[in-house]
Amino acid sequence: MDYENAEKILEVKHLKQYFNVGKSDEVHAVDDISFDIYKGETFGLVGESGSGKTTTGRAIIHLYEPTSGEILFDGKNVDSFTSKQEKRDFRQEMQMIFQDPYASLNPRMKVKDIVAEGIDINHLAKDDDDRTKQVEDLLETVGLNKDHSSRYPHEFSGGQRQRIGIARALAVRPKFVIADEPISALDVSIQAQVVNLMKKLQREQGLTYLFIAHDLSMVKYISDRIGVMHYGRMLEIADSDEIYAHPLHDYTKSLLSAVPVPDPEFERARQEIAYDGGQENDGKERHLVEIAPRHWVRAADDEIDMYTQRAHEASLIHD
Amino acid sequence: MDNENNILEVRNLQVNFKTYAGDVKAIRNVSFDLRKGETLAIVGESGSGKSVTTRTIMGLNASNADIASGSIMYKDQDLLKKSEKEMEGIRGQDIAEIFQDPMTSLDPTMKIGRQIAEPLMVHKGMKKDKAWAQALEMMKLVGITDAESRINDYPHQFSGGMRQRIVIAIALINYPEILIADEPTTALDVTIQAQILNLMKELQDKISTSIIFITHDLGVVAGMADRVAVMYAGKIVEYGTVDEIFYNPKHPYTWGLLSSMPTLDSSGDELPSIPGTPPDLLDPPTGDAFAARNAYALKIDTEQEPPFFKVSDTHYAATWLLHPDAPKVTPPAQIVERQEKYAKMQQALAQAKQTTGPVEEEEEQQ
Repeated sequence: MDYENAEKILEVKHLKQYFNVGKSDEVHAVDDISFDIYKGETFGLVGESGSGKTTTGRAIIHLYEPTSGEILFDGKNVDSFTSKQEKRDFRQEMQMIFQDPYASLNPRMKVKDIVAEGIDINHLAKDDDDRTKQVEDLLETVGLNKDHSSRYPHEFSGGQRQRIGIARALAVRPKFVIADEPISALDVSIQAQVVNLMKKLQREQGLTYLFIAHDLSMVKYISDRIGVMHYGRMLEIADSDEIYAHPLHDYTKSLLSAVPVPDPEFERARQEIAYDGGQENDGKERHLVEIAPRHWVRAADDEIDMYTQRAHEASLIHD
Repeated sequence: MDNENNILEVRNLQVNFKTYAGDVKAIRNVSFDLRKGETLAIVGESGSGKSVTTRTIMGLNASNADIASGSIMYKDQDLLKKSEKEMEGIRGQDIAEIFQDPMTSLDPTMKIGRQIAEPLMVHKGMKKDKAWAQALEMMKLVGITDAESRINDYPHQFSGGMRQRIVIAIALINYPEILIADEPTTALDVTIQAQILNLMKELQDKISTSIIFITHDLGVVAGMADRVAVMYAGKIVEYGTVDEIFYNPKHPYTWGLLSSMPTLDSSGDELPSIPGTPPDLLDPPTGDAFAARNAYALKIDTEQEPPFFKVSDTHYAATWLLHPDAPKVTPPAQIVERQEKYAKMQQALAQAKQTTGPVEEEEEQQ
């Protein structure tokens, strides 16, 4: 990725997403996060369950009304779309691939109708023949057979269903795709197939991905940059190679140290790093600071020196 | 029992499921041993038969299951010949299981103290007070903080990781000889997973139980297992010690599994993947079931099923590539790297033996 001349496709500014506001069980699912995504890149969002990564994805595609903050897509505020046409255009440009390939496909619709639903709504096909042709092309693109188009979802395996989900997302020719744990429900050998397919489609169609996952090794493999979330906050953002090689935040270190590695020698020597979440809630004002070039860490004013020191030790900063 | 070090011996097991479409041959002639005190990992994709194998051991198969042949020897008794009543006495007492999903394997309407104490009351006829006292000890052992007050809580008051600790407490309360763990950490976050895996290792030492660990996560296997069996399409295709399987795998399916998992330092454009999907077990293919997805398949693979070839005393693989007449093939780059690492490790080990050998002898003389 060439970030010098990269254009922003998505800007998230101070997004807050609270639930049950004003009640005793108010939840701050996403608490003041800001980040940008550039055209053509894959931004990985990682974190444990409850960290707010899925809520962030859903807020971006406007399934929720944000509590406060702004989401700019191609420079336009997602919240400002009022007319039907604007909303439809937005949904055409931004699509989602869901986690569970069993729950996200309507069991009573044929594959061709599932894939073509977006084509129909957005009037992207000239006539029936064109519609059929588009569906068949899409199925071929994702590695399915065109004979599959008149079958029902239950006739497919998990990996094939996820391919149908991808074909459906691509049918409306989106620019931006949010993939929320798209491979977690799949077997290892099939995961690799789906990830390779997503990468191929990105190259061919210039797609931008927001890839949400908890499987850290797969996220690193597919992402250009990665954001680490915890307790609804963004703790660290950096290029994926750098964040894995030189994590600066304690939480990122702890998260990475817990990833099981398929190497017995490594596993026997493993040292897990414990993380005390309490240190985030000491009342200090914290925000993302660019500690090293394009490496952001959530820090209080008096912690910046410590992180800068760490970055020096990892030779991320040269002077 | 064939060997006194074994706690469980599974021989020639075949399990079919009767469905409207015909018989699904879920387990096709599986044999393996579980040694005393070891952790045996069974890995494979969904549908490979790993869960059916353990459910057959527990006698928990669905009613349409038909055990066509085989034996499961535990302490000189064949579990497959036991009545349901007898199996009830064995489950939770001699053999216990931890299930995948801690959200659904606990009773939401029962206090956790009672759920943990229940196996004691059922199997040992223990009185409630005594059983609860032991349940409390067990809760402390599995790391539930503030156990005295939490013993009266209900499952929904615990997080996923804590619930899995409760499930482990229930499984271990009778100090079972065999613990079956079926994807025990798949539903958990990595940090919690690490805690639970450490806990399981710790408890295994304390109560000296043998573990059958089922998972599809090779990272977890590398950290937990003493020995590994790889299953594909209802068969074991390769088994050996954890080092042999990870550093010197011989079956192309094991190669595929190991290379399609990205490690934290893998990069590049294309992740090696296994093409296609597993075969339909309604009508398993003749020959090697993996042949259709196997870039290294030989002609004989589609005709005749490969027997197990011996790699070492502990390592066997069912692939024709090990036949003396088979052409030499180069495994994928990732696997070659692993083999090189293994060779270095073996060398270092041999050297270490040479240098420390005489020292030990001197000590003996003194």
